[in-house]
Amino acid sequence: MAVDTQTVEKLAELARIAISEETIEEVSDRLGDILQLVDQLQAVNTDGVAPMSHPLDEVQTLRSDAITETDQRQSFLNLAPQSEEGLYLVPKVID
Amino acid sequence: MHQLTIAEMIRGLQSKAFSSVELTRHLLARIQQLDSNYNSFITVTEELALSQAETADQRLAKGEAPALCGVPIAHKDIICTNGIRTSCASKMLDNFIPPYDATLVENLNAAGTVTLGKTNMDEFAMGSSNESSFYGPVRNPWNTLCVPGGSSGGSAAAVAALLVPGATGTDTGGSIRQPAALTNTTGLKPTYGRVSRWGIVAYASSLDQAGPIARNAEDAAYLLSAMASHDPKDSTSLNRSQEDFTAGLNNSVAGLKIGVPKEYFGEGLNTETAARVLDALKEFEKLGAELVDISLPHTELAIPAYYVIAPAEASANLSRFDGVRYGHRCENPKDLRDLYMRSRGEGFGEEVQRRILVGTYALSAGYYDAYYNKAQQVRRLIKQDFVQAFEKVDVIMGPTTPSPAFELGAKGTDPVAMYLEDIFTIATNLAGLPGMSIPCGLVSNLPVGLQITGNYLGESHMLNVAHQYQQVTDWHQASAV
Repeated sequence: MAVDTQTVEKLAELARIAISEETIEEVSDRLGDILQLVDQLQAVNTDGVAPMSHPLDEVQTLRSDAITETDQRQSFLNLAPQSEEGLYLVPKVID
Repeated sequence: MHQLTIAEMIRGLQSKAFSSVELTRHLLARIQQLDSNYNSFITVTEELALSQAETADQRLAKGEAPALCGVPIAHKDIICTNGIRTSCASKMLDNFIPPYDATLVENLNAAGTVTLGKTNMDEFAMGSSNESSFYGPVRNPWNTLCVPGGSSGGSAAAVAALLVPGATGTDTGGSIRQPAALTNTTGLKPTYGRVSRWGIVAYASSLDQAGPIARNAEDAAYLLSAMASHDPKDSTSLNRSQEDFTAGLNNSVAGLKIGVPKEYFGEGLNTETAARVLDALKEFEKLGAELVDISLPHTELAIPAYYVIAPAEASANLSRFDGVRYGHRCENPKDLRDLYMRSRGEGFGEEVQRRILVGTYALSAGYYDAYYNKAQQVRRLIKQDFVQAFEKVDVIMGPTTPSPAFELGAKGTDPVAMYLEDIFTIATNLAGLPGMSIPCGLVSNLPVGLQITGNYLGESHMLNVAHQYQQVTDWHQASAV
């Protein structure tokens, strides 16, 4: 299945990944190859088959709503490219 | 000392034949001397290792040693280690130092292991050759022109090169078993949920599972016994009691029913690889096992299903790398959108970007039913193949990979050619079953792996089967160095 460069641009926008002009053709071709591979699935009869998400069909467990973690705010903020006064910094969002 | 297995190290340490500090220094020196040939480590943690080894020696002296006290190991660089860079072999996380340990690291630390360092891998565990690492490819100790497999290629190569007796890996579509096969090591992917995923950088959450790579089944059993636990912090963790996976190693395999799927011996399988695997099956017959022809009719759908499910989950999981809270951020972003776009464009390598884009496509409006939902339905068909097979047999065996290690660059730029490398391993992940690869011979001096697939929670039995084979064969002792 061929993927045109417009589709790749749309996907790149959705995934927030900058793709250069020079590589977009190559990316389109490779995505086309992969989608051709996965298109084999379309020929399979799956009528009445329930989709499987957990192999052992386990269900979500519940826990009591108790505090278990200690405050590590600063150690997490230390990982940020830019932070100030306990906040993550990003370029101005609102004028 | 570097030739000792984990079981032998435990005996040597407990009988005071050598200390953990001596053992640790010896292996650190070996890594420093030899790893430039293989590039199997991203980070060597000398200081931490020596301090853990000293503590281990004190506990050994007091007679308070836990199971793996003083045994040096390495962790795949996808597994978070407190205060030690965890890069996922990506530029994105080149500067990421986690403030916590993954649960499996906590478990192994509690068992007394010494961490020698963090091993190289395919970027974000996406690959089968270890060529997509930001830190350069890993080379196979059996032939440094060849790949060691991936994505846990660094862990497998480090064990094969006798730099470390065992290492952790993760396996989403074959990433423990395939490199184990290509490097003559013993690798085990547990039942989904057996080992906590908490603190492992997520790739495809419904498939990811961590396990050990070691030199034999007994050592893998030691490591798995320490790694596995029920963890309330991982919502998919199985609530099962702790097991000693070494307990059943010496059981007889007489009467064992081995399923041999006809689909695993068809077109595309190297004839020499097939011959080594058939020899191994004959060896099991000599041990009293019975071979049973079986069919796993949906085998050829495993790769297409995987390349919908894994990228879809990856595209969601990797959205967290936004250049805001941690990881790579581009220079001088002009606005928030530019910050996201360029940080991710610069931080992720080609294959990672490709899988995110495929996943984004599969999950985008109008395509969900045709791709993700369809793949999850096919996944159930694949699981049912195995469930039906296990009504007749105890384990399933076949080749781990279609052929031995290939040369670096051999798969070129075609991602699909690389994907086919995992044709025999992926179905196990989709079904959530435990699987192993053990050495079963050489082809042109390159290792061949025998894949053993067990029933759900059948790790102990699978290890027993592998151990019994290793009692009567010596392929696992063949050394690259």
